[in-house]
This record gives sequence, structure tokens and C-alpha cells, in this order.
Amino acid sequence: MTDTTDTHSDPAAEAVAASIPERCPVSDLATDYDMFDPEYLKDPFSAWAELRDTCPIAHTERYGGSWLPTKYDDLQAMAKMVPVLSSKSPLVIDMPQELAKEDGSGYNAAAPISADPPEQNWTRRALLPHFTPKTIAPQTEYTQQLCHNLIDGFIDKGGCDAAVDYAQQIPPRIIAHKLGVDAGMVDDFIEWVRGVLELGLQQPELRAKYRDIIRSFFAAEVADRRANPKDDLITALCQTEVDGEFLPDEVVIGMCNLQLVAGIDTTWSSIGSALWHFAGHDDDRRRMVDADDDLWGTAIEELLRFYAPVTMARNAAEDVEYGGVEFKMGDKILMNFPGANHDPDHFEDAHEVQLDRQRNRHVAFGIGIHRCAGSNLARMEMDVALRTWFERIPEFTLTDPDAVTWAGGQVRGPRILPVTFG
Amino acid sequence: MKIKVDAEKCEGHSRCYSLAPELVDVDDLGNAFELNGGEVPAGLEDKARLIMDNCPEFAITIEE
Repeated sequence: MTDTTDTHSDPAAEAVAASIPERCPVSDLATDYDMFDPEYLKDPFSAWAELRDTCPIAHTERYGGSWLPTKYDDLQAMAKMVPVLSSKSPLVIDMPQELAKEDGSGYNAAAPISADPPEQNWTRRALLPHFTPKTIAPQTEYTQQLCHNLIDGFIDKGGCDAAVDYAQQIPPRIIAHKLGVDAGMVDDFIEWVRGVLELGLQQPELRAKYRDIIRSFFAAEVADRRANPKDDLITALCQTEVDGEFLPDEVVIGMCNLQLVAGIDTTWSSIGSALWHFAGHDDDRRRMVDADDDLWGTAIEELLRFYAPVTMARNAAEDVEYGGVEFKMGDKILMNFPGANHDPDHFEDAHEVQLDRQRNRHVAFGIGIHRCAGSNLARMEMDVALRTWFERIPEFTLTDPDAVTWAGGQVRGPRILPVTFG
Repeated sequence: MKIKVDAEKCEGHSRCYSLAPELVDVDDLGNAFELNGGEVPAGLEDKARLIMDNCPEFAITIEE
């Protein structure tokens, strides 16, 4: 774990930022939005609001080009345009052809998230039984113990980096525990996942490097479970049959890859954003100190709505028109579920966090056949992480609001978040 | 009052199950189905409306 006295920097992120050419100022949001602009990462909400009024499906040439829908109804409709809006390349920036190598197996690298039907369908059915509310519930106690242990490590120091020392530490341990891999790998997992989803987005070589590391790691784990079955998820997936045959190694490796890449910085971003919110909004923080189960229930959903971290992408599989926009084959479309959650046509006072919001049809976990398979796990982690924090540290504030940094593009959330207790 | 979960639309978000386990249950994949043939017991009408209004897939309908 990072020492709390030295967490106000993020050397890995700074090194990547330094290697990227300086970005040009955004001339016009509708035709030139920049998903990595630090100002946009701090406040994407006002950009989406402007676009909803002026150009609800915006376009940019930056980062290989993409489209950005901002209205709830459009996201609902586009999520159902399967498979014409294909999920085979779900990251917001495509790999250059020479680095986007296939493994030759004919299977997908992270099914079901990066697959279209029919492969999406049978891989999803194999994975979902491990992530229902009923199969997740027994992991609550382990998660509570983990959160207490983390807090024990910094509570006497008077403050911590709530992103680095807490939010970031929870999901990789839960995923490691569920998969049945060595918890000592947690720091590696954090590095690998940031390498693929955050720092590697604009650095294809870095992304390819970590993609290959993750794949090799799980190839060895799967080979081990075939030989030495254990009581863990990798073994369970190895023993899953579809149409009378065990899942092929490549499919299990892809599913493990998916859980690591999709199950870690997504959830830590949600936990971090929630703590950022409470550290900076004293009325809301005080309200949660003695909150009952009902208020925690609505508050978690409202924080998911407001700070929805994840933007997945689709590519047009053919030329197709939607909402007056002509997508050309191959065009990248950013599934801006976070933007949909702020659409005033569907959420009263959408720009306000209302912790007791009763009607909240948010789409933080996506919609349609690619609804986040781990959503029940993510909710449980967020619930336990926040309640345990409030139980131990009911009073906390931002140490220095200017020190907070946000990652985004694919997954938005705070990466440096110093807070002071008391 | 009766509720109906459209199995074609449900994608297993579990919002209804977490809000009203008295009205719906989830299967082995996490997809929801209505309990009691969809009959809403007296006193739970508001909860039925609540789960309808929180379903991200618009999969729940109510017959009054």
C-alpha cells in the first residue's frame, strides 16, 4: 500500500501525460470535444448540457475520431442497436492494426463484454450465475473485514488519500478473492488495469504490453486449475459446460481478463467519487452519518447516477443512420451512459445530487444485453465501503481541493484524493 | 393491482429485487420474475410503482 505521507502525486500518470503532445484547445464542443481535457474530466456535466441543447450527438476527430451521444433516449435506443453497433472493440480508442493482434483461437479477448451475439449470449450465460444478488451476498462479510483492515492502516494518521489508500485497494482484493488468485498480486493488478484502461488508452504500446501480461498471467492460472481444481471462480469457469463441452481455455482466460479489467478501476472510481462528494458537501455528509438502510439505498443509486464512471464504446459494423447522423462503417461511438444520467428530460433537477431520490431509472451500468455483469458485486462493494468508512470516519473534508486529479475517457473517477479526518 | 416483468426486456439489473423482494425474485442468471402471479398484496402498491419507475429497461408494467 502506498504510504499516506506521499500520495499527492501520481508518477505513472505524470510520465504518460509528459509523453503526449500538448492538446490543442477545444474550438467547438459539437465538432471537437476532447474526452481527456482535464477541464472536461473535472466537469463533464456542463459540456453534456450544452451539447444536449445544441448538438445531441457530437463528433470529434481527436484520438482516431468518435461520436458522443448525450441524451437518455438516444443512449437507450443505441444500446439496443445490436449487432449493427458492434461491441467487439469496446474501449474508447481502438488499437492500431499492428498491435491489435488476434490470438488465433477465433474467440474473443474478453467475452461477453467484447462480443456480439451469438458468442455474447452463451458466454454471458456462463458468467452471470456467479454475479447474481444471491451469489454476491455471502461476500459481504469478507468485504466488511477488508474495509476495516484498510481503515485500521490509516485512521491514526489524521488523513489519507481516499482514492489511493482506500477506494483503489478494495476492488482488486475482492476480485482476487473471487477468482482465487494471490492477494499479494494486488499492486500488480492495479498497475496492469491502469495500463490498459487509463494510462494506456493514449499509449497503444503500453496498453498492448499490459494486455499481454494479463493474458499470460491468466493462461497460467487456467492451466493450473485444469490440473489442480480449487474452490474458486477460475475453477468454476473451467468446469462450466456449454452444449456438453467445457468452456475452452481461451474463453475462460478472456472472462478472467474481463473481471480484472472491468471489475477494478470502475468500482474504485465509484467509491472514490462518492467520497469526493461527501468530503466536499458537508450537508450531504452529515445526512449520511445516521442514515438508515432506505437512505443508504437511494443514496448509493443517486451517487451511481450522478458520478457514473463508465463509458463503453461501439463501432458501426456497417453504414447506418440514427437520429439524423450517418455513422460510417467502423465509426467509434462512445456510449455516454454518464451523460444520459444527467438528461433533464428524464431526471428532475438532474444537476443536483438528491440522496433520497426515489425515482431513479439511471443507466450507470449500461443497458441492454451488455448490462454490466458485475453490477451486483459493484453495488455491494460500494455499499460496504461507504458504510464502513462512515462508521469509522464520519467527519472528513478535502485536504486540498486543487490537489484532486480525475482520470477519464473510459472510466471517470478521482485518482488523487487527499482527505483530512475530523 | 398486478405487475408484470417482461422477460424479453429484463437484463438483470436487480433494481426491483433490491427494492421489493416481496414482489419479485431473481433466477439463476439474476433476471427478475414476479411473485404471486404478479398480484400486489394490499399496502405494497407504492412499492410496485417504485420498482416500475426504477427499472432501467422499462421492463415492468402495472395493471390497476
